[in-house]
Amino acid sequence: MKNKGVGKKKSKRNMNLLTPYVMVTPAMCFLIIFTLYPMINLIYLSFFTFKLARPDLKTWVGLLNYKFLLFVKEDFVIALKNTAVYTVAVVFFLILFAVLFAMWLEKDTKLNSFAQRAIFTPHLVAMISCGMIWSWIMDEKGLFNAVLSFFQLPGLRWLNSSATAMISIVIVSVWKSLGYYTLIVISALKSIPTEIFEAAELDNTNGFRKFFKITIPMLSPQLFFLLIVITINSFKVFDTVRTMTGGGPGNSTNVISYYIYHYVFNNNQMGIATSAGVVLMGILMIMTIFYFKAVGKKVYYQ
Amino acid sequence: MAMNLIKTKKRIMRAIPAFLNSIIKLAVVLFILFPFYWMIITSFKPYAETILMPPTFWPKTFTLSAYTSIFNEMNLGIYLKNSIIITLAIIALQIPIMVPAAYAFAKYKFPGHKLMFGIVLVAFMIPGQVTFIPVYFLMARLGILNTLLPQILPFGANAFGIFLLRQNFMQIPDEIIEAARLDNASELKIMFRLMLPMSKATMITLAMFSFISHWNSYFWPLVMTQSEKVRPLTIAIEKLKDVELGISWNILMAGNVLLVFPIIIIFMFASKKIVRAFAYKGMK
Repeated sequence: MKNKGVGKKKSKRNMNLLTPYVMVTPAMCFLIIFTLYPMINLIYLSFFTFKLARPDLKTWVGLLNYKFLLFVKEDFVIALKNTAVYTVAVVFFLILFAVLFAMWLEKDTKLNSFAQRAIFTPHLVAMISCGMIWSWIMDEKGLFNAVLSFFQLPGLRWLNSSATAMISIVIVSVWKSLGYYTLIVISALKSIPTEIFEAAELDNTNGFRKFFKITIPMLSPQLFFLLIVITINSFKVFDTVRTMTGGGPGNSTNVISYYIYHYVFNNNQMGIATSAGVVLMGILMIMTIFYFKAVGKKVYYQ
Repeated sequence: MAMNLIKTKKRIMRAIPAFLNSIIKLAVVLFILFPFYWMIITSFKPYAETILMPPTFWPKTFTLSAYTSIFNEMNLGIYLKNSIIITLAIIALQIPIMVPAAYAFAKYKFPGHKLMFGIVLVAFMIPGQVTFIPVYFLMARLGILNTLLPQILPFGANAFGIFLLRQNFMQIPDEIIEAARLDNASELKIMFRLMLPMSKATMITLAMFSFISHWNSYFWPLVMTQSEKVRPLTIAIEKLKDVELGISWNILMAGNVLLVFPIIIIFMFASKKIVRAFAYKGMK
């Protein structure tokens, strides 16, 4: 791509050809050792059964682990279903509230800029801290039930009941990331050309019509992008589940990543854990392809 | 006169909704920040007051007992030291690995660059929950499970960092690099003396992201560590919850205040920058 200096010595030119390879080698080594190799190794390991402490004593079982996972054990299908429920709920509420908050806080005022920063704060705090603070608020003797009893309402069992545990975790996730996604929608809103709104105002278009006919269509590439990003992040949910419910009560908040962890460290069935890992990897790879398609398409229709 | 009155009235009528809007905004902000307030005041209550019904919104008895019991019963120093070493070592390792790679991807076209950049993008999306089992066995085989290395080495190549820095380098005109080459500057010099100073804002952003995400990291140390001497603060604080006799919420919240404190301090000093950086990250 560049003028490789006419008349330079041959050895120097060879060195120039090698230069980019030398520069990417360290990064490539790390990525291959800690991402690519583990991905391939995980698939390989999923055809065996073995224990955590003795990976050398493994028995080839072919696709048996997958058969167990999908058709024999019921808990994996439950974990998949829980992950899907969690994902749908988080995606729905996060996008809904992010759009509403973004429209509410978009204008450049002192108060709005303060509010944006304030609601963003939870995003920087460790997920486990958020999990622990909310476990305390949602404790049976905690703040939420105190407020309910103040209004003469019966307390809820929040994290201790399979009916409310998942929604409690969804609340924490939405609370934590709302400020972050609001910021992204605000920057997307600001990139909508103002002439479009001015034209609509000349035509006396009302607020609702403007929202559904201009704002949402103009935001749609961004919203599709957010949809994929939030979905990918939701499939990784672990910290809150581990600190708040431990997958329970019953299996009501058991999600894929917690399932894998549980089968490694509590059940010590590495065959099941690795094959569940492969399923998670497959889902994430499919999502990643969508993600890059979305990044590629993220141009505005003008 | 009457006209004026009507005008003022109109102005007031228009000001009221705006005023209400501001009040509601403030209320929503306070509502969202309330859990942090609750964490802080709980940490200053004695245990008996934490489970009082109805709860107190300001400690009746203000005490530091939760903090003193953490400092006395827990070897906080070790965990704090580990957290600091791990986060700083990761940042120190990432920079010399990330910069040349980003430079090569931005300014060179070489056979295989698409495939290699593809690997970077895949690494960007694949989380520790997928890779931890093989990496664990690898660390065990190397015999370094009892050191801090398993928490540092896997993050040596920051895929997101390479991606972001590449974008930045691509915006630097080729003419500047050509001029430097004509002056016989080495590629190393061009990278670190020319490109890097021009990407200072991105580098600071990336270091900040790394610090925040590894300071807060929980899953990876949970699966990679077996002994207390290599565990970071997040694991130690979470352990405060595993009490047989019921949880002492004041102690648990005090632990979380200690964990959250450095992040909040950074945010208070650089909130505008951080917010802008995150918004930018989300758009990419």
